[in-house]
This record gives sequence, C-alpha cells and structure tokens, in this order.
Amino acid sequence: MCGIIGVIDRRRKCMDGTGIKAALSMMNERGSGEGAGYVAYGIYPEYKDFYALHVFFDNIRENKGALDTLLERWGTIVHDEQIKTYEQPNIRKVHTPWRYFFRPDRSLMPKSTTPDEDIVTHLVMTVNAEKNGTLIFSSGKNLGVFKAAGWPEEVADFYRIQDYKGYLWLAHNRYPTNTPGWWGGAHPFNLLDWSVVHNGEITSYGTNRRYIESYGYKCTMYTDTEVVAYLVDLLIRKHGLSEKMAVRALAPPFWEEIDRMPAKEQELNRAIRLTYGPALMNGPFAICVANADSLVGFTDRIKLRPLVTGEHGDRLYISSEEAAIRTMEPDVANITMPKAGEPVIGRVVA
Amino acid sequence: MSIGSVPFKFRVSVDPEQCMVCGRCIENCSYGVFSKENERIKVNSRNCVACHRCLAFCPRDAIDIAEKPTDYRSHPVWTRDVREAIFNQAKTGKIILSGMGNAHPYPIIFDQLVLDACQVTNPSIDPLREPMEMRTYLGKKPAALSLKEFPNGDVELLTKLTPNLQIETPIMIGHMSYGAISLNAQTALAKAVSHVGTFMGTGEGGLHESLYPYQKHMIVQVASGRFGVDINYLERGAAIEIKIGQGAKPGIGGHLPGEKVCADVSCTRMIPEGSDAISPAPHHDIYSIEDLKQLVRSLKEATEWKKPVFVKIAAVHNVAAIAAGIARSSADAVVVDGFRGGTGAAPRVFRDHVGIPIEAAIASVDAKLRQQRIRNEVSLIASGGIRESADIAKAIALGADAVYIGTSALVAMGCRVCGTCYRGQCAWGIATQKPELTQRLDPETASVQVANLIHAWTDELAELMGAAGINSIESLRGNRDRLRGYMLDESLMQVLDVKSVGA
Repeated sequence: MCGIIGVIDRRRKCMDGTGIKAALSMMNERGSGEGAGYVAYGIYPEYKDFYALHVFFDNIRENKGALDTLLERWGTIVHDEQIKTYEQPNIRKVHTPWRYFFRPDRSLMPKSTTPDEDIVTHLVMTVNAEKNGTLIFSSGKNLGVFKAAGWPEEVADFYRIQDYKGYLWLAHNRYPTNTPGWWGGAHPFNLLDWSVVHNGEITSYGTNRRYIESYGYKCTMYTDTEVVAYLVDLLIRKHGLSEKMAVRALAPPFWEEIDRMPAKEQELNRAIRLTYGPALMNGPFAICVANADSLVGFTDRIKLRPLVTGEHGDRLYISSEEAAIRTMEPDVANITMPKAGEPVIGRVVA
Repeated sequence: MSIGSVPFKFRVSVDPEQCMVCGRCIENCSYGVFSKENERIKVNSRNCVACHRCLAFCPRDAIDIAEKPTDYRSHPVWTRDVREAIFNQAKTGKIILSGMGNAHPYPIIFDQLVLDACQVTNPSIDPLREPMEMRTYLGKKPAALSLKEFPNGDVELLTKLTPNLQIETPIMIGHMSYGAISLNAQTALAKAVSHVGTFMGTGEGGLHESLYPYQKHMIVQVASGRFGVDINYLERGAAIEIKIGQGAKPGIGGHLPGEKVCADVSCTRMIPEGSDAISPAPHHDIYSIEDLKQLVRSLKEATEWKKPVFVKIAAVHNVAAIAAGIARSSADAVVVDGFRGGTGAAPRVFRDHVGIPIEAAIASVDAKLRQQRIRNEVSLIASGGIRESADIAKAIALGADAVYIGTSALVAMGCRVCGTCYRGQCAWGIATQKPELTQRLDPETASVQVANLIHAWTDELAELMGAAGINSIESLRGNRDRLRGYMLDESLMQVLDVKSVGA
C-alpha cells in the first residue's frame, strides 16, 4: 500500500514539518510502521550553494574516514556534522545519520557539460554500490531527506522535522514488501535535485533498471522506486525534456489513443514511445517527484493507485488521500483526481 | 561382407478388421509405403517417414505407426543414431543430409525458465477488460529526443525518426523460400500475415508475382546467392533482410536441387530451369563487417532510405560481439537464429552440432548492446525453436523485440515434423514442388489455420502479460526479473541474467 503526500509553495514561503507530519500520520492505515521519511527543500539557506550529502554510517569509526578521503579527492568538504536525532522508544538507531556540505572540483570532469552533477552522481553511485557501511541517501542543494524505520510520527520526532523549514515537502508512509526495516529502503529516494515518493510496485522494474544502468546509473537500494529518480534525472537533466514530456515518456498514452490523435501529435507521441519504450513504467503506482522548482504527481496508465490534488493560496497539495491534505490544510479548495497518466505540475513562480 | 539392412525406423500396420481397402492411404502416401494386392493393403514399412498423411486420411483409423520397432543392443555411447549414421556413411562415403531443426537431445533452456505472476501486492490486469498493448515497432530508435516546447503547450519534434515496421503482435513468420516450400504454402502464410497485421520473410527465392498483393507484409531476403534480387523485388518488400547465416547450418550456404527448380521457381529465382541453386557459404562481397555496412547502405540507397534493413545471423559463440558490429552498420534489426532453427535441408553434422541455443544468444546480445549503449540502434528478432507462446514470452523477457516462427507455422498447415523436407516428396504439399502434391494444400484453409495459431498465441501472451501486471509489451522486453531459472546451472543463469526459482 503506502501513503504519499507532497506540497509546494509557489512563492517559496517556508512551512515547518508539523503539518506534513500530522498529514502523513493520519495515513497510518496505509503503512506498517516499518519505514517513513520526509524531504524538505529550502532547509539549508546558509549552505545553499553546496551539495548537502546525507549519509547513513553503519559505524562512524570504520566507515567515515574512507568517505572523507573520497570526497576530498573529488572536491572540498565545506562543513560536516552529525544530523541531530532524538531518541524514540521504537526506533533502534542502527545507523548514524551525517550531513556534509560538499563542493565538487569541476576541473576533474573536464568533458562534461554538467560537471558538478556528474561528480556527485558518480560519488553516490560508487559509494552506494560498494555496500560497505556507507549510504548516501540525499545529495541535492539546499534540501535534505530524513528517513528511518518506524511510524511517520516517530521518524518525524526522531529527526525533529518540526524544526526544519522548507517551501516544498514530500513524505512517505511505508508498508514495505521488499526490504522491511531497512532505513535505505524507506522513501523519499533522492539523487541531486530529484526526490521521489512512490506508492505501488513497478512491474517493469527489470526493464527500467537495465535501461537506466546502461547509462551508468547503479541500482543499489533493492527497491523499484529508485529507478524513478534516475529515470527522471536522465530524461529531464540529461535529455532536456520538460516535466510534462518526461511523464509522457514514463506513463504514455495507449496506442489506441495515439492512433486517434491529429497527425502532428501522433508523430510526437509515437516518437516518445519508440524512443523511451524501456523507460515506460508499468504496474500500479502513484508518484510524486520534486526538484527545487517544481512538484509533479502522476499515476500509472490505468490508475491502479489513488492520487488526489488540492490547492490553497499559493500551495499545491498532492496525496494518496484527500483526508491527509485536509489534515494539513482544512480550507483546501479545488480537490481533483487527475486522470491516469496525466501529470499534475506545481511550479514556483518566485 | 556388406553391412546389410538396418532395422526400419517405423513399422506401419493396417488392421484388417478395420480396413475397408478404400485405397486412400495409397493415394496419399508420397513415399510408396502402400500398395494393393489381392484386395488387401500391402505395406512396405521401410519407406515410411512417419509423416502421418495416411493416418490423417484413413476413414477407419485402421493404420498404426510404431517408431523403432526393432531394438539395437542398448548402449549409452553407441546410440542407434550414431551406429546408423556410420552404416550410412560407410555405404555412401557422403555427408548425411537432414531436414527440420536440431534433433540432438540437448536440454531446452526455455523449459527451465518459469514466468512470474502478480499476487496481492499488485493487481494482475485482465486483458478482456483493460487495454493490453502488443504493438511493436521494429527498426532503429533514437537514443534521445530533441523537442522544442512552446509556452502555449505546443511541442515540436526536432528528431527525425527512421522508418520502422509496425507489428500488432510480436510474432512474425521467418524466411522460407519459394523452392524450399510450395507456392501454395507461401500464399497461405502471406494471407495469414496480412490478416493478422504482421510480416513474413520471402526467403532467398524471390517474390512470386502472385504474392504481389501481399507485398506490404513481406520482408524480402537478400542472401549469398542473390537469387530473385532486382530493384523491383527490393522495392516491393516492406523491409529487406540480408541473410548471413542460418541457425540450422551456421557457416555454410544452401543448395536447392535442380529437380525442385521447375519453370515457375526458375522465373522467380531468376536462374535456368532445372539448374541447382547454390548459395555460397559467405557472401562473396562481404568478407568483413565494413563490407556488410556497404551492402546495408547500398540496399538503403537503392530503396531511397525508405525501408528498414535487417541482418540475419546464426547464433554462434561470439554472437554478441557480431551483433554489436551489425548494430553499427546502419542495419535496423538483427535477427538471431538459434541452433534449433529449422531448414529444408542441412548436413546433419551442422544441424546437430554447430551454434548455440537462442535463449543464451538473445540474452548475451541484449546485454552486450546495452553495455555498449547501442540497444536503441537495432531491434532484436529471435528465431529458431519457438514452439509455443510461453517461448515467445520468455524470449522477449530475455531481450527480444519480436520473434520469427517457421516450423510452428508449417505445423499449423499440417506438417508433422517428419524431417524429410530435403527429399521434395512432402505428402502435405508444403516442402515440395510436385504439382500433384502441392495441390493438396489449400491456401485458403491453411491461411486460416496459421492466422488462428498467431491469434491464439497472441492472446496467450496477453494473458501472461496481464497476469504479470504488465499492459505493454515494451515492459516485458528484457524484463528478466520476471523470469526464474529452474535447475539451471550458475554460469548459465549468469549469462541469462536470471535468478533461481525461490531467489
């Protein structure tokens, strides 16, 4: 099952984590207490020009030295510190969460058009694939993922996400089937600017993973959601598609609909399906994807998972449940249920 | 001292209680098993090839055929086949000819792979109620799209796509030439593919005039003999296929005996009547990969870059690297023909011992192309040993875009896989040019049977996909996570990139 919720403030007005914690907790029927997580954008204004790396260390003494060395080989550690946590009765602290603010050394990736991103992606992929006690689970600028195994309110209190202020939030209440209890398996999944929360199961995972891995991404989290983050990064950052066109590639219209479109549109949609067939995501899903400037929600092509949107003032809400949105904002208006495969996009204007 | 007779392969018996001496067996058997003597049916079992034509047409079920009625002394090494081959070659001093596909009892990998289905965590999809997309496009695809998006929402496509073949089912019919099979058989296949919305190959035998109405569904072949090739032929095809090799006989050419080259075949192939049609082992203008590229591009140039060009190779040990080379040659699809692929005639030693199974070939080609980031450069067509819809699902999950079927289409027309195609006596009118035999095959009826088979398999595929929670065939392609190996060894599972059952 799983429950998801996302909110964006178009004018980048910040909200603390209290509201989203309450909204996520009200969807506990959708979870099992084995994983929850949050991502907030805009939380590190003083370090906004550096990549905020959130890391789980299994053992500080054994694992941290190697990561420090690796990061210093590829750039500069501007600042690093332990992420503050607050003991909760039901959360066993199996990892030590750490944060780094990191500036990559561009000159080390001379042929790339996006050297900073490529260095950070490379580091994330290499470290996570090695699987030796270090996991980088958040790597964007001015944003941070907070996740652990537990109920949403416990995870929120563990990190005190109430103390973080962001203009864009995603949160996820997990009912795991793949990797119960593993912190790395909790959502959101993040790469660079991209964060993903997902309810469902991607039946095309094998196809999507092999496709994305041929572009140098490495799937290391034992779960299908990870590919979404990488596919979005490939389609939008590397291939330069808009959010709308990327969603079209991930959850395209059926051939039956395409055959009925006017010639020009037909040609475009056929080209998308031919080119991005291996990126098409099949199976039941509702997904929220965020980057610094936008929040996108969409479902699979036959909408086998729920997704509801609502608006209030400058804020767009996307969630599995209307009740969750109403918990956050009782006066929400324009509650709608987007059509299968149709993206709902919220963008910042300021 | 001569070797003498060997035991016959089949014993034919006629139940005198049942037999009404109607003589239909005598009429139908093209191998001379039956004759009438003193108002009884007399049998010469030694001539029998077990094509079952007599059985199928006996109105009283009076005929019975038993295989290998006489035992040799059993021996695990010196099998019957081995001993009989030696007798045969000791007598003749010749290469042994055989028909159909590999007859050696190698384990079949398809039968040791199992498919997946959804339970609880995600719903299976019912193809009767929900759309199920079987459509596939064969040909080159761009690696990325370049789009120009306007503020009003309009999107302009800047990338130009090359021509692709659109098929409504991933099942196509492979290349069986007019010459190898009869015109009636080809006509039946042509009608079937036109009806279903898929394609068939002409084989290296040209395109007979009477098939022009079906040309939109024909892939015309250019093989090493260049039989039947001219600009008219190339232009008529929906796509062009260069045949380098064939799974049943990798590394060697073909031979259509002169007696099969009747007037009509001679015209279609553009060779003198009664002359042997010998396709050389290599193309004598292709001695390396760059030569192939020239031929691919020449064919494209000749047809104004309007048609996809396929290249067919036999699955050999280094198939992945060869396919990667072909992918760079401007070809639009690679056809990989596994060692179980059928043929009208092949030396037995090649049919049974050269090449690798299609399952392993597809898996390694798909993986290599992805590794080199050129999977989008070509489509991948699997052929050779596809016997049922489950084989197709597995081939696609291993990485194929589509499959060619050959033998199964012939079986749908009545072929009993007797493996005697090379003798030109096919009692079913399929692998023969003798008018009295070919007229037995009614193209109308046979085409319905072939179309039925493709329909039935496509429906089964849709059901299998739906059960796996997949509603579009591209999500099955290369989705090896939905396969498990059952009693396969570790190294083969690595090649196939599948996990074991239970893992």
